[in-house]
Amino acid sequence: MTDKKIRVLIAKPGLDGHDRGAKVIARALRDAGMEVVYTGIRQTPEMIVEAALQEDVDVVGLSILSGAHMALFPRIMDLMRQHGLDDVLVVAGGIIPDEDVPALQAMGVKGVFGPGTSTDTIVRFIREHLS
Amino acid sequence: MTDHLVEGVLAGDRRAIARTISLIEDNGAEAQATLAALHPHTGRAHIVGVTGPPGSGKSSLVNALALYFRRGATGERGEGGSPKTVGIIAVDPTSPFSGGAILGDRIRMRDLAGDPGIFIRSMASRGSLGGLAWATADAVKVLDAAGFELIFIETVGAGQAEVDIARTAHTTVVVEVPGLGDDVQAIKAGILEIADIFAVNKADHEGADHAVMALRMMLDLDLGGTATVLHHGRLMEVVRTVTGGEEPPSQGPLPPARPSAWRPPIFKTIATRHEGVVDLATAILAHRAYLEQSGQLVQRERERAAAELETIIQQESLRRVLACAQGEKLAALIDRIVRREIDPYTASQHLLGG
Repeated sequence: MTDKKIRVLIAKPGLDGHDRGAKVIARALRDAGMEVVYTGIRQTPEMIVEAALQEDVDVVGLSILSGAHMALFPRIMDLMRQHGLDDVLVVAGGIIPDEDVPALQAMGVKGVFGPGTSTDTIVRFIREHLS
Repeated sequence: MTDHLVEGVLAGDRRAIARTISLIEDNGAEAQATLAALHPHTGRAHIVGVTGPPGSGKSSLVNALALYFRRGATGERGEGGSPKTVGIIAVDPTSPFSGGAILGDRIRMRDLAGDPGIFIRSMASRGSLGGLAWATADAVKVLDAAGFELIFIETVGAGQAEVDIARTAHTTVVVEVPGLGDDVQAIKAGILEIADIFAVNKADHEGADHAVMALRMMLDLDLGGTATVLHHGRLMEVVRTVTGGEEPPSQGPLPPARPSAWRPPIFKTIATRHEGVVDLATAILAHRAYLEQSGQLVQRERERAAAELETIIQQESLRRVLACAQGEKLAALIDRIVRREIDPYTASQHLLGG
């Protein structure tokens, strides 16, 4: 008998302190039956990857509103690879301009969700990519 | 796969530790084999349970304690001998409706990030009601086998009945906060009885002294009683005399001193400011020394093994009986119980008797 739950880390890299969006997502994923590790605001790339490793999550969700994603995300993806976390699904949300999306996807961020995305879309995206 | 994981855990590889805990949580087929291979390497860590009501500051207190055991009071590494390695398992409740959970204990533990001597794992209770998850005790074994010297278990926010932690931990710290109720709360049964150490956290809030006094009175009542008390749910011959680092009780002559008996000390703490944490940490070590010297460590270890074996047998025999009886026979019996043709006790005898 196995009882595999989807485990998700929701993290806010960088210096903006607005985590309402991250909390809404965390709550939606909880209601979809997932176990959501929420680490709070102002996380460094090192803290995020360390938490992802210790918590053995299937998904890392990054919420960022500060505009620093092109500086922070490459570092996070690098550290993930260094720690052998290549198989973890990475998604991002927040304020991310469309023109940055291809570059983020190229570095391995599988889904980028802007304002107005329904939480159902995100839940479905995660389930489809993990199955 | 299992051998690889076992080797990794024993070498302290963090990925292997994390994977093994997931395997146990998901109850995979390899979990039992992995635990069997790890078992000979366990039994070295000191296990500290931290329990108390929601919002009482358990995570902040664990954060402050772990920081102290790693770096000493001044934040300098190495103070007071070599720093201990610390494993933390923090349990939060699973939603009974969706089966999901928000695990937020790491938020208060950000001071511990980046320290290779610390491993933090969040765990959802997954339907277990005793304050821990089914997998918690086995996850502790993984951290123990990986060489963590001190392991903290933070329970879900617990009130009066969630006492499983006392069966899993060597030292149970019960965290209280000011203003939670009248003095009668302190003589009710429940988590107050399982405390080896009390922390009255948020001690800068109004009513802290009153909370300390209510706890102290509760302990004084214990002192006046018989020489046999229930400790950790088991009958034990204990005369409670004063050793816990706290002042003597306010009333009455003491029973004949038996220096080995432990009176739970009470500390006021303000976890977010790291106040009172040194005393609390010192008491944890003192309790460990007491358990070793009094022979209780060995005794508790036996009780723990017995309880664990009992639980495993319960689960396994339930699984086997239900596996044999599944389908029509079980459904038919349930129907007969509902129609009042048979009572559930007799029905269970049918199933167990074959």
